[in-house]
Amino acid sequence: MYREAALNKFEPEKRNILYILHELQDLNPQHYVAKEDIEAVADYLNVPYSFVHGVATFYTMFSLTPRGRHIIRLCDSPPCHLMGSTSTLDHIRNKLGIEVGQTTPDGAFTLELASCLGVCGIAPAIMINEEMFGKLTPERLDAILDERRNSI
Amino acid sequence: MNIVRSHVLIGMDASTIMAGARAVQQELVKEIKAKGLSGEVAVMETGSLGVTNMGVVLVVYPEGLYYANVTKEDVAELVEEQLLKGRLVKRLLYTQAPKRFIIKKERTGLMREQPRIVLKNCGIINPENIEEYIAEGGYEGALRAIGKMTPDEVIAEVKNSGLVGRGGAAFPTAMKWEFASKVPGPEKFIICNADEGEPGTFKDRLIMEGDPHKLIEGMIIAGYAFGATQGYIYIRGEYTLSIQRMEKAITDARAMNILGDKVFEKDFSFDLRVMKGGGAYVCGEETALIESLEGHRGHPRNKPPYPVVAGLWGKPTVVNNVETLANVGDIMRHGANWFRKYGTAKCPGTKVYTILGHVATPGLIETEMGTTLRDIIFEYGGGISEGKQFKGALVGGAAGAFVGPDLLDVQMDFVNLREYAAALGSGAILVMNEDTSMADMLKNVLHFFKHESCGHCVPCRLGTAQLVEVMDRIVDGSGGPDDVDRLLSIATVMKDASFCPLGQSLHMPISSCLKYFRDEIAGNQ
Ligand SMILES: Cc1cc2nc3c(=O)[nH]c(=O)nc-3n(C[C@H](O)[C@H](O)[C@H](O)COP(=O)(O)O)c2cc1C
Ligand code: FES
Repeated sequence: MYREAALNKFEPEKRNILYILHELQDLNPQHYVAKEDIEAVADYLNVPYSFVHGVATFYTMFSLTPRGRHIIRLCDSPPCHLMGSTSTLDHIRNKLGIEVGQTTPDGAFTLELASCLGVCGIAPAIMINEEMFGKLTPERLDAILDERRNSI
Repeated sequence: MNIVRSHVLIGMDASTIMAGARAVQQELVKEIKAKGLSGEVAVMETGSLGVTNMGVVLVVYPEGLYYANVTKEDVAELVEEQLLKGRLVKRLLYTQAPKRFIIKKERTGLMREQPRIVLKNCGIINPENIEEYIAEGGYEGALRAIGKMTPDEVIAEVKNSGLVGRGGAAFPTAMKWEFASKVPGPEKFIICNADEGEPGTFKDRLIMEGDPHKLIEGMIIAGYAFGATQGYIYIRGEYTLSIQRMEKAITDARAMNILGDKVFEKDFSFDLRVMKGGGAYVCGEETALIESLEGHRGHPRNKPPYPVVAGLWGKPTVVNNVETLANVGDIMRHGANWFRKYGTAKCPGTKVYTILGHVATPGLIETEMGTTLRDIIFEYGGGISEGKQFKGALVGGAAGAFVGPDLLDVQMDFVNLREYAAALGSGAILVMNEDTSMADMLKNVLHFFKHESCGHCVPCRLGTAQLVEVMDRIVDGSGGPDDVDRLLSIATVMKDASFCPLGQSLHMPISSCLKYFRDEIAGNQ
């Protein structure tokens, strides 16, 4: 069971909870923290289920619902906003036909909003999984999204 | 290092990696080998070169030439011309390099030497190689502190330097250490706050990516000064490269006995651990950060007791920002008087800023405390882009202050801008041109706070929601005549009644925005 192996990489101490949740979410084929993940963490750390649930829901990097293969996190903090993140958002919504928080029916993309990604020098910016993209124009977005849709 | 005649440094950060820096690097290595230059030219990867928005950037030493927007296809020509024949490839040369890119050796005219303390090594050494850091005088400060001085003498030296925190509150660094040193107890902690959530701020990331050992050195010295034996670096989860670089640097330092049991063979043990955050702005607040480190939801704690008395697991704890700690090594190496040569009398040292928005050359700079906003925007930032006019700037991110043209010539330091001290800490300068709608920007700031309010206390949870409602009304034109005043009164209640500084800090962007742009915003009603 991959969960057990993932858990065993960390000492069973409460201070490791964010690391463990990150790890389990990364390993989950649907890129989210599932009920089973929370149960496993609660057992491993010997804390109540509600405690783990509370932590997982507090931090924006964790999702408690299944997500697509490519998670788009769009920054709408002031620097990106000033440089046009609203039109970036509109373009993605139109192109993918989903709203913020939704996943495309083919399971390729999930769209989320994020606070500053720390790459404001290239605003407006998005992050897809671990990768940053900036200076976005409709053409660049089309190219990036098309390329992603076709990759696994 | 081998004796080579040329170094090509390739900047690796989020923006250059996105532009294909890895492919360019591989091609360079291949091409240099093909031309038989492997022994003469070394390709090294480094952190950000301080230029964003310019594609893949590299610099060729010893000439110090900057090339920007380099693609894989350009590599053959670059190697042939620049590295083999020593001719410039003008097409790719980055000539408008503002003065920040040129580290001046001598003073010319009125221009002062480019002061670099915190970013001295960034873009110059290979951050993944501890020996290069040491070759630049790294860890000498720690060696001097631990080898030759008592902890109290270290605190005194830092106190004399006048270093104050760069993370927000501008609190004297030595004073924090002194408080913690006076609290009895065998176990104390130093935490480096690398949560860097303030929108527009990415200086700490570039320090960690470009010179991770500088941070480690600062933490060792801090630990020695007040008696901490364990340190934590709390890095926001999005900063994948920072996390990797810090972890590598810690491993290398351990291998050289710079961390671990008996640091430098002296009677002092100290170790470090990286912790990865989960994406919550409020966790940048020091007590919320401590809660998060302990594995809880990141709710702020009641103060007092302050962390220096009872912090992580109830033990005396000092929380310092990355930039603050990055100053400490050089202060110990060169002494307090050296540090005081930079900046202003009341506020010595340098400050790192990120210049963003409608400027010609956005990016990162380090300049002396007391530099004016005008210099930062028009000299370092290259002025307003597309020949437009300056309208205002948002200094310090979402919790920052809107400023108008009348503040352009004020010397910026923590004393002169006392009321804006927190804003200065983050160092984010978002420049807005004449076409910007201030109502729209303020609305965006309020949405940010609504999203980031942790929900722990009522004034902040409800206040941020109400502010958004009122502001949305103002922007879409359906607001009433009192709505602008209502913004201010809600913010005032939040300032007085919110549990933590997150809710309290919202007053600053609102009141400053109204101070400069009230008519424009009221005109929207
Ligand atoms: C909402 C909020 C967010 C903060 N975010 C950060 C941050 O990202 N980085 C930081 O160093 N300090 C941040 N601070 C300030 C810290 O609480 C603390 O003052 C600072 O880390 C102390 O370091 P210094 O003494 O070196 O400045 C934040 C404060 C508040 C209220
Ligand atoms: S504001 Fe978007 S990345 Fe910083």
